[in-house]
Amino acid sequence: MAPFDIIAIGGSAGSIPIVSELLEALPSTFQYAVIIVLHRLRNVYSEMNRVLTTSDKGTYVHEPDDKEVIQPNSIYLAPQNYHLLIEADRCFSLDYSELVNYSRPSIDVTFESLASVYGSRVLAVLLSGANDDGALGMEAILSNGGQAIVQDPATAAYAAMPRAALERNPTALVLSPDGIIKFLSITT
Amino acid sequence: MMNLTQITNGEIDELISLIRHNYGYDFGDYARASFQRRVLRCMDQAGIRSFFDLKYELTNDQTFFNWFLQNLTVNVTEMFRDPMFYKSLRTTIIPILASYPTIKIWHAGCATGEEVLSMAILLQEAGLLERSRLYGTDLNPANLERARQGIVPMQYMKDYTYNYIQSGGKNDFSTYYTARYDHAIFNKELRRNIVFSQHNLVTDQVFNEFQLVCCRNVLIYFNRQLQNQVCRLLTDSLAPLGYLAIGMKESLIFTDVRQQFDVTDSVCRIYRRKT
Repeated sequence: MAPFDIIAIGGSAGSIPIVSELLEALPSTFQYAVIIVLHRLRNVYSEMNRVLTTSDKGTYVHEPDDKEVIQPNSIYLAPQNYHLLIEADRCFSLDYSELVNYSRPSIDVTFESLASVYGSRVLAVLLSGANDDGALGMEAILSNGGQAIVQDPATAAYAAMPRAALERNPTALVLSPDGIIKFLSITT
Repeated sequence: MMNLTQITNGEIDELISLIRHNYGYDFGDYARASFQRRVLRCMDQAGIRSFFDLKYELTNDQTFFNWFLQNLTVNVTEMFRDPMFYKSLRTTIIPILASYPTIKIWHAGCATGEEVLSMAILLQEAGLLERSRLYGTDLNPANLERARQGIVPMQYMKDYTYNYIQSGGKNDFSTYYTARYDHAIFNKELRRNIVFSQHNLVTDQVFNEFQLVCCRNVLIYFNRQLQNQVCRLLTDSLAPLGYLAIGMKESLIFTDVRQQFDVTDSVCRIYRRKT
């Protein structure tokens, strides 16, 4: 059995190339769902899901509708200008409330929601970024028995976000992008 | 937000039943994930540490309940949110609405009214505002009070101007309002055919027949069952061949009414009632 039901990836400034590499490295048979939360512009037409979708390997990235049921072997991208929450029956709930950490979607909001629904079955991955979103959410995931990886700040284009996450969560695993790729490529 | 205060599912049930019993608002079929987040956020803001204290305040202090209600529901809204939706209204929907002698539009769950103002601007620019009636409803009286004033914080006007231009707006956006200190007051003529009144989508009924119903980013706060019930109410409020607009990530797929609609714009989620 897979060690996780969900791998949640949070990223901000400087994270998109790494997210692309991570998705390409996923084994095609992965049994978990991947949920990506990126800080993005609001009210601008965006094709980020297509940018991240690689046709050759068939990693199709999908922006879920409200109340869509989370499926294994699927990659989801938080829609722009909404917070992405998870209901107890494992479907998505969108939320258009106030910005959190100047962001909507906020990584904290999704991580906290995942922690309460999935407990130990979540792996959180936090990448490069310029604010401290994700640190509190990662704390919630760890304290509910989940696992966490933080991109080594020395390898991040913007170190503030991984650094803030590590200050709050010193037990999180610190890995370079290559290390994260290796970790994910052997996790099915 | 603080995630250290915890509140159990059973306590949420208890809270919902307390509010229903004492004040008549029914949050039983609200989407739990966001509802729970709102409750914790309210407790955090009010400095309430325990569920017991929350119950005590809600039971004994009507003023506190009013504040709680105002903060429990999500009141965030923007002018011309999703500019491509407004562009679609301009190019596809409004030319058809123009054929009606009187155009009636309902904004269900309008919060502080920014989307209603945006619609009034579109109708004004199409020369149709004079024979339009816009109804903005919300369950929250404080929201409606603000909506009636037509006042928007100045700090958002840069974003709104950008959205307006993206939506195909050709005018100077600043001609629609007067800047006063840190607020923008929208022109009275723009607001003359707007009526704001209280309506609760969960408990209230059909009150008129409309050519267009906008209910954008309201259904997301409901569970599937309530979404279904509310969509029936919205459908029953539409004239035959009337339009329904929901949020760009909301869907009719899980509802019984889906077969009663044709899809007019699949990206912007605009549907037309068949008969």
